[in-house]
Amino acid sequence: MPLSRALARHQTPAILIVLLAIIACLSLVGQSDALQVTLTEMFIRVVVVVGLYVFIGNSGIISFGQIGFMCIGAYAAAWATGEPTFKQIMLQGLPVFLQEAQYPFLVAMAGAMVLPAAVALILGFAIMRLAGTAASIATFAFLIIVNSVYSNWDSVTAGVSSIIGIPTVVGPWTAYVFAAVAIVVAYLFQVSRIGLMLRASRDDEVAARASAVHVLRVRLAAFVLSAALCGLGGGLYAQFLGILTVDPFYLSLSFITLAMLVVGGMFSLTGAVVGVVVVTAVVEILRALERGVGLGDTAFSLPSGSQEIGLGVVMALILIFRPSGLARGKEFRLFRAAPAAPAASAAEPALQLSESPTSAR
Amino acid sequence: MIQFIQNLIDAVALGSIYALVALGVGLLFGILRLINFAHGDYITIGAYALIVPSADVTARLLIGDWPWPVLIPTICLIVVIAALLTDAAVFRPLRRATSPTLMIASFAVSYIIQNGVLMAYGSRPKSVDLWSGANSQVFIGDLRVPMLQLITLAVTLVLMVAVTLFLRRTSYGIQMRAAAEDFRMAQYLGVRGNVVIGIAFALSGILAGVVSLLYTTQSGSLSHVMGVPLALFAFVAVVVGGMGSLVGAVVGGFVIGITVTMLQAYLPPDLRAFRDAFAFAFVILVLLVRPAGIIPSRSTFERV
Repeated sequence: MPLSRALARHQTPAILIVLLAIIACLSLVGQSDALQVTLTEMFIRVVVVVGLYVFIGNSGIISFGQIGFMCIGAYAAAWATGEPTFKQIMLQGLPVFLQEAQYPFLVAMAGAMVLPAAVALILGFAIMRLAGTAASIATFAFLIIVNSVYSNWDSVTAGVSSIIGIPTVVGPWTAYVFAAVAIVVAYLFQVSRIGLMLRASRDDEVAARASAVHVLRVRLAAFVLSAALCGLGGGLYAQFLGILTVDPFYLSLSFITLAMLVVGGMFSLTGAVVGVVVVTAVVEILRALERGVGLGDTAFSLPSGSQEIGLGVVMALILIFRPSGLARGKEFRLFRAAPAAPAASAAEPALQLSESPTSAR
Repeated sequence: MIQFIQNLIDAVALGSIYALVALGVGLLFGILRLINFAHGDYITIGAYALIVPSADVTARLLIGDWPWPVLIPTICLIVVIAALLTDAAVFRPLRRATSPTLMIASFAVSYIIQNGVLMAYGSRPKSVDLWSGANSQVFIGDLRVPMLQLITLAVTLVLMVAVTLFLRRTSYGIQMRAAAEDFRMAQYLGVRGNVVIGIAFALSGILAGVVSLLYTTQSGSLSHVMGVPLALFAFVAVVVGGMGSLVGAVVGGFVIGITVTMLQAYLPPDLRAFRDAFAFAFVILVLLVRPAGIIPSRSTFERV
């Protein structure tokens, strides 16, 4: 039964997508705006965190710069879909084809992926040569560069003032569909030959090199794909809010998305998705507590700011007591894949590897 | 020419602040392989310790009004305690963790401290008047030099000599260097790991405390994220200098400070707003040419 075997082998992304679908159905239950906003934001963050995972999880190198790609993607989407009248007045530095036209949503999303990917390709050539920790700091330098350029290049980004009039076409279900796409893409990457070579280099760089893995090249591939996904998340974010400034794309968002990845467990796709869901839930609960809840006849509320501190504490506790995150580097699996393979994700590509040892170089 | 020398003095003064921060970061990196994001927040803590804790907009000096021979040790002590507390609470349970885990943990510590300060003192930047006399100018020939820059330079020099002497001449300093070279081997030979790490945190706290005073005197304002840019510049300085080498960290600090100041002075006016972008792009270029930094450390590369 090849179909059921294929299903069993690739059950992880299917389970994750179904899980998110169940959560998305919450948006049908309560029609409150706050819930819709929370869910949409959560699915957009799934896209971004899965994007982070593609690079960080598979390569083992922490990058603080992916939020910079999110910023680039968000602005790309804004440039493509913003009101032409606004763009002609405020964004006179834009090329004419962007200034005078308004492109459809999917074209904007494509732009939001291509532009960050192109930047990542160039930047990656420089950064991927550095050793782990140095590379992490260099991605920080990149985040600062993006922040500095986008908040000062007035003729293209409206500087510190905001771009307004971006069509708000993204709701919970649209965001959900893109989250599902991101999960599938990340899964296909991680079971691909490049993905496996990259994971090998993460587990033992020296051994991977000795086994003819071109570490720089596979890292670069993951970096570019990760940038494209983060850019997509940025594009969705722009089309969800309808108004765009540079400020959100900086350290605090970097922290929150990294926290999601770490809490879930940064070495599995399941961890990335679960992390987003769990941290969103924790943040929402803390927010609700900040607003205050009535316990019997006494009202009880946390001082404002405890949401952020709470998140920081949760993250530190997870690092100390469960350093590999909630998912512990494992993937969701309900069925055993036959023939018994310890990790189904590894089974097929291992076969591919053995079939084409020369192309692995 | 006078203009250039003036810029150079600015550059070296800024560079020495970055160098002090980078030295604090580099000390911990050498021993623990920890890039400590919270280092910038130690600086913030030092600065906020000067004023009366309240969320009011105007800041009233508390410790900041004390005479300087008392003030400086007090602030350093407070920062050292804060640094040791973060070590005990977060980093000590993570002694066996990998370098990326430690980095993320310090990111979490930094986030907690920043929001804690935000909660206690409010989000608006506060202006403080600490030693404003130090901002007066002295003339050396045609040169106009702010007093504070001379003080900064002198303090940096003294601290660097002191740290060097400590590392070379004292028993604990030698133990620290041994631990930085090979932590496990040093432990086998009788170096007590937690003591050495504690001293490293304390030293980095002292450095952060001094920087917080210099920086607050210069900027005259406080904000809960004031330490962040300093720490970011220092990390980049540590990487540019060559990770794991203390001399490298100091050199990197000066390189960054000088680059930033010179860009500020000599970029065309339209481009000045992009100063940081140029500075960091330059950093990435330097790393392209020398991926292991200006002064590579021998222990950077993985041994099999």
